[in-house]
Amino acid sequence: MVQGQIPIEEYETGNTKHKWDLKKLRFAHRVLFEYNYKKGELKKGYADRTLYINLTNKEIKEKKVTDEMKKKFTGGRGFGLKLLWDSIKSTTRWDSVENDLVITTGPLCGITQYPGSGKSLCLTISPATNIICDCNVGGFVGPYLKFAGFDALEIQGKAKDDVIIFIDGENGKITVETAPLEETNSHLLNEQLTHMYASEDSDKSRQKVAIASSGKGAEHSWWGCLNFSFYDIRRKVPRIKQAGRGGLGTVLRNKKVKAIIVKVEKIHGLSNNPADPETLAKVGTKLHREIRDRDRYQCNMRAVGTGHLVEIMDDYDLLPCENYRFGSFPKAPKIYSPKFYEYFTKIIPDGCWHGCTLACSKTVDGYTVMTGPYKGQKVTVDGPEYETIAAGANMSIWDPLWILEFNFYCDTYGIDTISTGTSIAFYMEMYEYGILNKDRCDGLELCFGNTEAVLEFLHRIARGEAGEFINVASKGIRRAKDWLIKKGWGDPQVIEDSGMESKGLEYSEYVTKESLAMQGGYGLTLKGPQHDEAWLIFMDMVNNAIPTFEDKAEALHYFPMWRTWFGLNGLCKLPWNDIEPANNAQTNEPAKVPEHVQNYVELFNAVTGRNIDKKELILQSERCYNWQRAMNVWMGRGQRKDDWIPYRSMGPVTETEYISRKERYDKQLIEKLGLKKEDVDKISTKEKMKILYEYRKDQYQKLADAVYYRRGWTPNGIPTPQKMNQLGMDDPKIIEMLQEKINEDEHAGLNVWGGKYTKGEKPPTIQLKYWEKW
Amino acid sequence: MDKPSTVKILKFHPEKCDGRLACEKACSQVHFKSDEGGEKSAIRIIKVGKSYKMHVCDQRGLCIDICPVGAITRKKNGVVWLDKNICIGCQACVGFCPIGAMRKSESRIQPFKCISCGACVRACPYGALELVEVKIDDIKEIVYHKLGK
Repeated sequence: MVQGQIPIEEYETGNTKHKWDLKKLRFAHRVLFEYNYKKGELKKGYADRTLYINLTNKEIKEKKVTDEMKKKFTGGRGFGLKLLWDSIKSTTRWDSVENDLVITTGPLCGITQYPGSGKSLCLTISPATNIICDCNVGGFVGPYLKFAGFDALEIQGKAKDDVIIFIDGENGKITVETAPLEETNSHLLNEQLTHMYASEDSDKSRQKVAIASSGKGAEHSWWGCLNFSFYDIRRKVPRIKQAGRGGLGTVLRNKKVKAIIVKVEKIHGLSNNPADPETLAKVGTKLHREIRDRDRYQCNMRAVGTGHLVEIMDDYDLLPCENYRFGSFPKAPKIYSPKFYEYFTKIIPDGCWHGCTLACSKTVDGYTVMTGPYKGQKVTVDGPEYETIAAGANMSIWDPLWILEFNFYCDTYGIDTISTGTSIAFYMEMYEYGILNKDRCDGLELCFGNTEAVLEFLHRIARGEAGEFINVASKGIRRAKDWLIKKGWGDPQVIEDSGMESKGLEYSEYVTKESLAMQGGYGLTLKGPQHDEAWLIFMDMVNNAIPTFEDKAEALHYFPMWRTWFGLNGLCKLPWNDIEPANNAQTNEPAKVPEHVQNYVELFNAVTGRNIDKKELILQSERCYNWQRAMNVWMGRGQRKDDWIPYRSMGPVTETEYISRKERYDKQLIEKLGLKKEDVDKISTKEKMKILYEYRKDQYQKLADAVYYRRGWTPNGIPTPQKMNQLGMDDPKIIEMLQEKINEDEHAGLNVWGGKYTKGEKPPTIQLKYWEKW
Repeated sequence: MDKPSTVKILKFHPEKCDGRLACEKACSQVHFKSDEGGEKSAIRIIKVGKSYKMHVCDQRGLCIDICPVGAITRKKNGVVWLDKNICIGCQACVGFCPIGAMRKSESRIQPFKCISCGACVRACPYGALELVEVKIDDIKEIVYHKLGK
């Protein structure tokens, strides 16, 4: 049914309605500690202070944001890095009492005129990787935090019992209170708290409340995500967006925080107090028009969200199917975006922040839950987005309804659909090989496509029923690999090569086997294998636009820096290149979408009143990117060995995979490795795989060489003091630490290139200690 | 709630227009308490050759569904109305209006539009403008979606 112009109060989702005794729930709260603060006006995108809460010491204080901090760290993720640096130790782990969970905004966060301007950046030490994980998430929490008066929120320490943190921007007060009776799972908890904390019983009032929460799944696994709410006045439900990667929800629940609630007094078009509102309106309107005219012919985001990628990835052999073994699948058309379009509620502004007309946050309303504790209830499912659908493909789930079920429970249990899906896909492959079986999986038949088993697995995690398998498996692939190898089940090499994790974090949902640059886009990253640093598959594989190592390294410099910038400012990446101007293909560098880069330069200047250009914009990112890498080094990682990726992401691990792309691989053996066709025809698949294995691994090392050099790092991937000084990131403590690490590497013989260079091939430079001359 | 079935929209008789823009001045008086007209007027009269053309909202209401905060509604008299106290200035309606009739003046962040108040009709000394009643079902439009592939 497609209808429009229904008065908002008459909209019906058909969801199950709940009746709670909210007074009783609230009456059970006990205020543990509180803090009154002076409300202030934002100045050119900044609140100029951050909020610090220590749950152990029961301390709340404000920290000043200095001009120096703005200059070096810009905002958002940059501020998060600075706050972490000031608060944690190199030995801090995810569950250490001093671990910080930081939610930050950024100077552009909260403007309403330009699509995609309401993102929060969340940072903490991840259980998966033991280093900093940063996530970019929509919803109202970030903008409201800033409008309530703070550029960032920092939570250190741990509470004894479940608490909620209430930031009351209406009254200038922060309270930490016990919350014993509320639900834990997000879809119910958010509804309770939204109604409880709204100043009046109206939808407009409820829209002024935003919540960050997680769920039961986050308590018992390392896949915990943060759900950020945004109240939908038409659907009359708090909807959610996820800070999914790296177990941030696990850290939230480990700190015994049930929810963070932020309430604002009012919002208006200029809450950010920008220097030049007219430019914001002009640039914003221009993009709205572009979206209006072009989205339907480009990505179709407004209709189906990021799900439009499923059919494209399947077409290009890039959709991860059955644990990344294949890039396409005969059943894949069953989960193409038109299938989900049938279920999505239509004609509603679906932005996760006001004014986002790209509107990719689709929902299915009135979805009838099929399993688990909410079986039979009708709920709103937020999504699914591309990654969740593709996670379905990875587990060989080809039914849109089961993907919705998986999506719903992952969300409300507070676990990441990506890590969960990628991990289960790995367990399924191990099940297929007999390395795992029903006995070893605590009675679960985790074979490809067994949807009931997948959901049962999630329910058991949420219930905290830990059998040996569930206990290990819910900590992700890295720990499961170690466990399988320790048990002596199966060939360790197959286990290592097939489980798609790097740095301890599970891969997001793209097949990278045939694009070397994309392998770097996943491996040569700060937090782990996530496509938010660079997505180079088409540039590299389809258009062949970056053929040499040097070209690839340039792309793996520019794009990660450019994409980092969104996180420094509280922005979404999608309106940059998921909508393109009509003449983009005719520009010099279409992959960069130059007109949109210029939009961002203008937006930044219009908000902050500064006068930067596109080069300064990259420098802003470089400062923070290198700082984060340096912090990884400080924490004992951030070196070449940590940037290693599993062979499944480089090439065919199994004979089936080789045969499925035999022509491509045989051709590579002939063209790249100089084998004769008749020889290739003669030798066995196993032998060919071995040759390819060595070749591709060496290619990856050479890529790392080129990228490290381009980024201004040592051959072991350590940011050099010279580079840090050039960027103005000259904190003596960090410079000294880097120099020590470089000296240690020198001693250990690690300051050498990783690739094997034969005749006619050159490493990036033959000079030893080249950085010392910079 | 009874839904309106008709709405008054502006009709223009260019042969009666002398191009002095009394209508625009009256309109900017309504919206901005200013008689500047031009950028501050919801109705625009544009000279085309020797004649004139009117550019104004036709109350089709596509903007209603795109407003994230529900600031745009159809009133009892059928007019599409933007409540500037609710509006958060995102300009989505300005960008998505297919005829560019949702306007933005530099003097405030919230857009504005024709509300069929008739001030321009009364201001025109030659009767070049009139309000005519049309059926909403005949003009109604909803936000465009490509309906799957």
